Amino acid sequence: MSIRQGFLALLSEQPMHGYQLRQEFERRTGSAWPLNIGQAYTTLARLQRDGLVEPVDGAEDSPEQFRLTGAGIAQAKVWWSTAVGRERPGRDELAIKLALAVTVPGVDVAAVVRRQRDETLRALRALTKQKRDLDPATDLAHSLVLESQVFAAEAEVRWLDHVEASVAAYGSARTHTAGTADTETAGPARTAGGNNRPSTPTGAPTKEMTR
Amino acid sequence: MSVPLEMKGITRTHGHGVGEVHALRGIDLTVREGELVAVMGPSGSGKSSLLNIAGGLDSPTSGSVRVAGRDVARLGARDRAAVRRRDVGFVFQDLNLVPALTAVENVALPLELDGVRPGAARADAEAALADVGLPEVADRFPEDLSGGQQQCVAIARALVGRRRLVLADEPTGALDSVTGESVIRLLRARVDAGAAGLLVTHDARYAAWADRTVHLRDGLVAGTDGGLGTDLDELQGVDA
Repeated sequence: MSIRQGFLALLSEQPMHGYQLRQEFERRTGSAWPLNIGQAYTTLARLQRDGLVEPVDGAEDSPEQFRLTGAGIAQAKVWWSTAVGRERPGRDELAIKLALAVTVPGVDVAAVVRRQRDETLRALRALTKQKRDLDPATDLAHSLVLESQVFAAEAEVRWLDHVEASVAAYGSARTHTAGTADTETAGPARTAGGNNRPSTPTGAPTKEMTR
Repeated sequence: MSVPLEMKGITRTHGHGVGEVHALRGIDLTVREGELVAVMGPSGSGKSSLLNIAGGLDSPTSGSVRVAGRDVARLGARDRAAVRRRDVGFVFQDLNLVPALTAVENVALPLELDGVRPGAARADAEAALADVGLPEVADRFPEDLSGGQQQCVAIARALVGRRRLVLADEPTGALDSVTGESVIRLLRARVDAGAAGLLVTHDARYAAWADRTVHLRDGLVAGTDGGLGTDLDELQGVDA
């Protein structure tokens, strides 16, 4: 996970103790993912258990410092040389919500999209406000972390626009509800102009429900 | 002091009869000094029509457009051109600068066209270039400037002399993301220094730099949201 890998990356610079690691991790990532000191020590303990870090002999009254073992150095290098996997993204509540919104009868999909876009734009503005006071020339790491969130919010707005346009073009998928045998062949909906359009099963005011 | 831009009940219809297209169907929009307003919307929603009418490049079918207090919709072609020279500056996606003129000559151009003596025009143009942080490019030609520098020079020209209203149509469209952001930062800084700005953009992350964003759809305002430091309850100037 990122904290574990982050600690290995930091320790590849120089030996550090737990408090220092936590401080450096937060400072460099712009405090986007605050750590409590307990998490820092738990992570260190696991890295030590796995043989990736080891204590450095030092003065008795100073906090225990850790350095990478040979295996730790190797793993720190592997992190830089491999891409972060995208094969199995985490469960995305918004994608699930929209998928259900177009299938559950009686949901005003347009309103769901609109509310979400307002919220995402609000978040985007809040992030931009933080960015505005930041000079990327002097605080690049913090800028990049903020921008990762800015671009993600922008992508979400674009996707929501696409959802809105798709629902307008294809209607919704409400014929496929649980327990309902779908005897018709599912296919791409025809756009306006098709004859003999059946009425929508739910009576919902979808524009292009043409199955 | 007069409001830089005040549009009321703007409609714009192209063509007649069956081919009639309603580009704008009743837009109210005000941009005050120190205010940057973004306009977003799908292609064909009326963004560019709105900008062209705001700047006197096109006339509305009905409604009033006041630029610095003067109703440009009621002015003749000659007077409208004078408003464009004195009160409004445009920044387009690209090809903003005259290739045969240096940066400072480009910035001085609207002043000279308006009868300002060359020496005074050059002094104002140099000041405008300094305001955008590019005093050193004054004597360089556009082809020797980067895309981002060209856009910054275009912003300097848009706000040279007494001009206070900059109308920007996708000013970042031809730029990479880092350069695009530096141009938006500059626009924001010039507006913070007292100018008024109307920014048409496809990118939500650039619109987020504005004080508010007007969302157009089918020639109507579909919604407005607040931006930097603006409380939604305090929104003024736009009525959907």
